[in-house]
Amino acid sequence: MSNAVVSIKTKTARTGERISHPFRVIVEKEMADHIRSWRFIILIAIIALTSLGSLYTALANFSQAVKPNDPEGTFFFLKLFTITDGTMPSFTVFISFLGPLLGIALGFDAINSEHNRGTMGRMLSQPIHRDYIINAKFTAALAVISVMLMALGLLVMGAGLIFIGIPPTAGEFMRVVFFILLSILYVAFWLNLSILFSVLFRQPATAALSAIAVWLFFSVFYPLIVNLITKSLAPSEMAAPQTIIAFEQFRLALLRLMPNQLFSEATTTLLMPSVRSLGPLTMEQMIGALPGPLPLGQSLLMVWPQVTGMAAGTIISFVISYVLFMRREIRSR
Amino acid sequence: MVSVPEIWKEVAVADNIIELKGLTRRYGPFTAVDSLDLAIEKGEIFGLLGPNGAGKSTTILMMLGLTEPDDGTVRVCGFDPVSDPVEVKKRVGYLPEEVGFYDDLTGMENLVYTARLNGLSSNAARIKAGKLMERIGLDAEKAKKTGKYSRGMRQRLGLADVLIKDPEVIILDEPTLGIDPAGVKEFLELIVGLSREQKITVLFSSHHLHQVQQICDRVGIFVAGKLLAVGDVKSLAAQLFRGEDRPAGSERKDYSLDDIYFRYFEGGVDHE
Repeated sequence: MSNAVVSIKTKTARTGERISHPFRVIVEKEMADHIRSWRFIILIAIIALTSLGSLYTALANFSQAVKPNDPEGTFFFLKLFTITDGTMPSFTVFISFLGPLLGIALGFDAINSEHNRGTMGRMLSQPIHRDYIINAKFTAALAVISVMLMALGLLVMGAGLIFIGIPPTAGEFMRVVFFILLSILYVAFWLNLSILFSVLFRQPATAALSAIAVWLFFSVFYPLIVNLITKSLAPSEMAAPQTIIAFEQFRLALLRLMPNQLFSEATTTLLMPSVRSLGPLTMEQMIGALPGPLPLGQSLLMVWPQVTGMAAGTIISFVISYVLFMRREIRSR
Repeated sequence: MVSVPEIWKEVAVADNIIELKGLTRRYGPFTAVDSLDLAIEKGEIFGLLGPNGAGKSTTILMMLGLTEPDDGTVRVCGFDPVSDPVEVKKRVGYLPEEVGFYDDLTGMENLVYTARLNGLSSNAARIKAGKLMERIGLDAEKAKKTGKYSRGMRQRLGLADVLIKDPEVIILDEPTLGIDPAGVKEFLELIVGLSREQKITVLFSSHHLHQVQQICDRVGIFVAGKLLAVGDVKSLAAQLFRGEDRPAGSERKDYSLDDIYFRYFEGGVDHE
């Protein structure tokens, strides 16, 4: 017993001799801060509960969801993430709803809290480059989010495996992994947006509220606005097919300005292999097509624009916050 | 044709650890620091005096590379903070006016963090932080969260935080603000002791004239972005009060820094 304790001690002593790069030191500290914070514990509790709930509804309705002539019949493991009986939203809907909240919660006080505590001046007088601070904040939050979502996704898979008793195929497994990566990217977008607000606003409360306002705008009001616009512009049913298609494409283009629209399109495609188009299809395109699942590569190709869009949004908000932060003059408090 | 950096090397021979030449910083139409020239020698304790908004803090920020000068050059420990901020910050410890700590970490953890940012392994950092906590008299409080520290304790922890990187230069901006008189005395003695012992250069910016007089070898009086006078208290007094026997209305024989300072602001001295 005491031998074991001693060996652990010498081990830590040995690792303690390693000199870490300052960037790593900051990331480690930020990650520790996140994990220890009440905020994170509460978020984890909410998200774990909702995934449990969605998993429960998915499992309860699993037998009805699998139909004999379903082209996706071979992919029923993926249904764990998408099916619902209407009382509880599915796992993907939960992620698209709560993911932004997670991102916002981990980023809204990234920079301004350092100002308010007066630690920014002290940090910047250490021998580190200024961008280490903002980069490390982003990296730490992203690492925490990735670990959490990855664990959550794999746990849902594991639970599903226990209850259904049929293991997922390699293809299904890869689809779920891509879905998790996509969710991480989606949360990263909201994380960067809230970091941007934390650079812009001195008060963390203002930053949090503005980020939540953007989130609410996109998830509640923007679809309404798009509806209003498109309703007034809608062509009659007698209009030429080109007009109808052009209009439909215009409507989709407007909707695709929403990050949540991009996310839901991408997840639908990944988790429902029979989806073969996200836009309008003409009868000509449909005729002769056999309803069958797409291979993973084709599904990925189809969501590539959506992924690029989300990545672009993430990068743009990060670049703006980076530039603003680097140019700001730092005074104590 | 000699390039500018080479000229700098020639000038820097005089063992000046901080050299400011024609340093200027403007904020819109307002000139915070106006073509400032200043040289501070290694190992001296230099007092920077001046009213609020005189540009002291801006000057300090420019020395650390946290603000870029509009004009002029800075050399600290032989490096230019504009192009080499990290090298400068390795050698310069800065204690800001209101030092902030991570309130949910203990004093010890805060110190260890700074030490690791300065390239110490976590073991070495822990040992060094422990020693410093003892030295500044916070040994009993090292496991307490800094959120529960008193103002004076935070200030002392700030000094430890500066010392943990073994600096060549310490810049202190109003460090004694809000500490009780006994604490101030202890704090100042600690600084003087360190400076003499390890030949650390100290730049001490303060409004407390008697504190400055007590510990500083030389002082600079700073008004509206300009340095009006530099020198030790005696020579400043000799310059200013030539022909006067003793401070007006006082029994004292020597002139204090108060007399000098107020002479500058009562218009007794031609600023140009």
